[in-house]
Amino acid sequence: MSAENHAVVHVHRDDIATKMGMWLFLFSELLLFGGLFLMYSVYRYTHQHDFHIAAEGMNIFLGTANTIILLTSSLTMALAITAMQKGKKILSLSLQIITFLFGLAFLINKFFEWSAEFREGNYPGSPILTAKPAGQVLYYGLYYTMVGLHGVHVIVGMTVIAFMIRFTIKGIITKDNYVKLEAAGLYWHLVDIIWIFLFPLFYLIT
Amino acid sequence: MSSNSVAVGKEGNLPSYLIDEGKRKGILAWILSTDHKRIGILYMIALLSFFAVGVTLGFLIRLELLTPQGTIVNPQAYNEFFTLHGVIMIFIVVVPAIPSIFGNFFLPIMLGAKDVAFPRLNLLTWYLYVIGSIMILLSIVLPGGAADTGWTFYIPYSVRTGTNMIFTLTAVFVLGFSSILTGVNFLTTIHRLRAPGMGWFKMPLFAWSLYATGWIQVLATPIVGITLLLVIIERVFGVGLFDPTLGGDPILFQHMFWMYSHPAVYIIIVPAMGVISEIIPVFSRRTIFGYKFIAFSSIGIAVFGSLVWAHHMFAVGMSNNAEFVFSLLTFLVAIPSAIKVFNWTATLYKGSIELEPPMLYALAFIFLFSIGGLTGIIQGALNVDIYLTDTYFIVGHIHYVVFGGTGIGIFAALHYWLPKMFGRMYNKKVAKVAFWIIFVGFNILYFPFLILGWLGMPRRSYHYLPRFQIYHVIATVGSWILVLGLIIMFFNLLKSIRSGKVITDKNVWGGESLEWHTQTPPIAENFVDIPVVNDAPYEYKQNDEEILEKEEVL
Repeated sequence: MSAENHAVVHVHRDDIATKMGMWLFLFSELLLFGGLFLMYSVYRYTHQHDFHIAAEGMNIFLGTANTIILLTSSLTMALAITAMQKGKKILSLSLQIITFLFGLAFLINKFFEWSAEFREGNYPGSPILTAKPAGQVLYYGLYYTMVGLHGVHVIVGMTVIAFMIRFTIKGIITKDNYVKLEAAGLYWHLVDIIWIFLFPLFYLIT
Repeated sequence: MSSNSVAVGKEGNLPSYLIDEGKRKGILAWILSTDHKRIGILYMIALLSFFAVGVTLGFLIRLELLTPQGTIVNPQAYNEFFTLHGVIMIFIVVVPAIPSIFGNFFLPIMLGAKDVAFPRLNLLTWYLYVIGSIMILLSIVLPGGAADTGWTFYIPYSVRTGTNMIFTLTAVFVLGFSSILTGVNFLTTIHRLRAPGMGWFKMPLFAWSLYATGWIQVLATPIVGITLLLVIIERVFGVGLFDPTLGGDPILFQHMFWMYSHPAVYIIIVPAMGVISEIIPVFSRRTIFGYKFIAFSSIGIAVFGSLVWAHHMFAVGMSNNAEFVFSLLTFLVAIPSAIKVFNWTATLYKGSIELEPPMLYALAFIFLFSIGGLTGIIQGALNVDIYLTDTYFIVGHIHYVVFGGTGIGIFAALHYWLPKMFGRMYNKKVAKVAFWIIFVGFNILYFPFLILGWLGMPRRSYHYLPRFQIYHVIATVGSWILVLGLIIMFFNLLKSIRSGKVITDKNVWGGESLEWHTQTPPIAENFVDIPVVNDAPYEYKQNDEEILEKEEVL
């Protein structure tokens, strides 16, 4: 490591360290979901036919809409960071708010989707679901667990973005010091990438 | 890293970190401090208090097993005792101990930094740690009682038991989160905050061991996090992912649990190996033998240790091929550990060995860890393991590794670094007496476990056959001796903090790493000027000779 890299030690600000810490944390988040993806692959392998049938009950329209929403929100997040780098504070602020609203739209969609599933009796412990073959029970168990945990991450990501909006308004995030926004962006992209895997595994395997 | 080549600055007699300098005074100046040294002390207080709880539980378990039938508690209380003993000792004591106490205190100093990369995050980990620990205590007093499943939380016990499982599982989840954040912090610190001139191979080996540990913390802990979360979801919603009646597979829980919990063994032991790698060269006045091998063997342990989890499950009925592969990998993971043991021994060879208390503990570590490691190899062999699964042999093995390794490693670190942390020296004579009592008590307590296991005594059993009683009596007597030694040791150390002989010498043991070039106790931000490092660590022989030459000239 060169001497220049160490100069930052004295000023108590190290953007590279902040991003490195965020990346390490994201590794651990990936492995948190990794455990669930492992379970998915085991049960999908042992109950291929049931998974196929159960996935047909999914609302593919809402699923696709949510995929588009989340992918676009990643774009607006990335644009918000670029806008901040170029010193366009108002533009960055509006893009952050749009990202937040996309997150909200995702959750509202999810709410309607889950409500419909619940009305059909496809929830853990319901007599209708329990009467179905084991593979379909497992499919719905995994669906609620994985998508639910992802939803928790969406909420956490939105909370983080809300703080970023506040920091931008208060002038803590500026053209020269936007590493917080970058770290929040990294987290939001993680939320996005996990959904990119969840979507085909639950909606597109019919 | 000789003293004359390190520009440490002229601290003179600046106020130490123990004196409040900020706006806050008293206890607030501690529990809201982001100084890595103060956080280290906070961890030490909390952790050693829980160690006392864990020891008390272990002591009571041994007392209960004095007779083949019930002795002092009923079977339910016995189940809760051994579960709590395991949960406290594993998740609250040995997993965080060395990184959180000594890593926090000494890693930044050893690297020549003023603090860790994320000081506020560091304080947050302590709060998470305390919250998790208090939740475990609450699970005891709240109605329902403490968890009674054993520390492994096997399905279906952990789903069906009526005890406060959710509390215990959430507590372990929170403790795991604390551990992950510590790992993130240390990895970033090591990458970013090494002093100018300190390349990767000029780092002290303790820093290398924390680096390997950090990766395991970051990559393995989330797996157990999600697994325990799934058990909570299972209990609350009855999703059925581990429930055979709904199509789930309970064995999958065991796989996912051990995917973390085996690497966790290395979170536990690798930092202790780092401590030993620091102590051995100091007290044999020799350059460490095979620096790079020790450094890379830590990484090797981290990699191979992640691939051996199913050796905990040879008796559950996996495919023969899987068992064969896991057995082979288990044998392979012994190699990096053996490299360390041989390198330490080679360092001792022809050294001028000084049997100071830290060195005694370090040597005990090598001896006890070797027994622990070799008994591990025995269980790595498939056919032998089928016979030894769930017997006292495994209990003996885990105690030789975890207590004989990490526990003794913690004691070694305490005796090595406590004088630096508080600027006061303990009574060395009492420390040596305590060491021998602990060493003798330890072996009287745990060696009979290995024999008992070989004879077929099952673990976690409340009743046992009368023919096993003689070994249980020996072990229980050993527990009394061990506890006596622990009391003397901690009394001696605590007394030294309050009223020990004041030391102002920067370097009480003649160490070469950077912490011995700072004021005793260190100042608030460790260094006035960030040091510049020119030499490799552990240049003992060369430097001692230089000093001798100078003395002769004078």
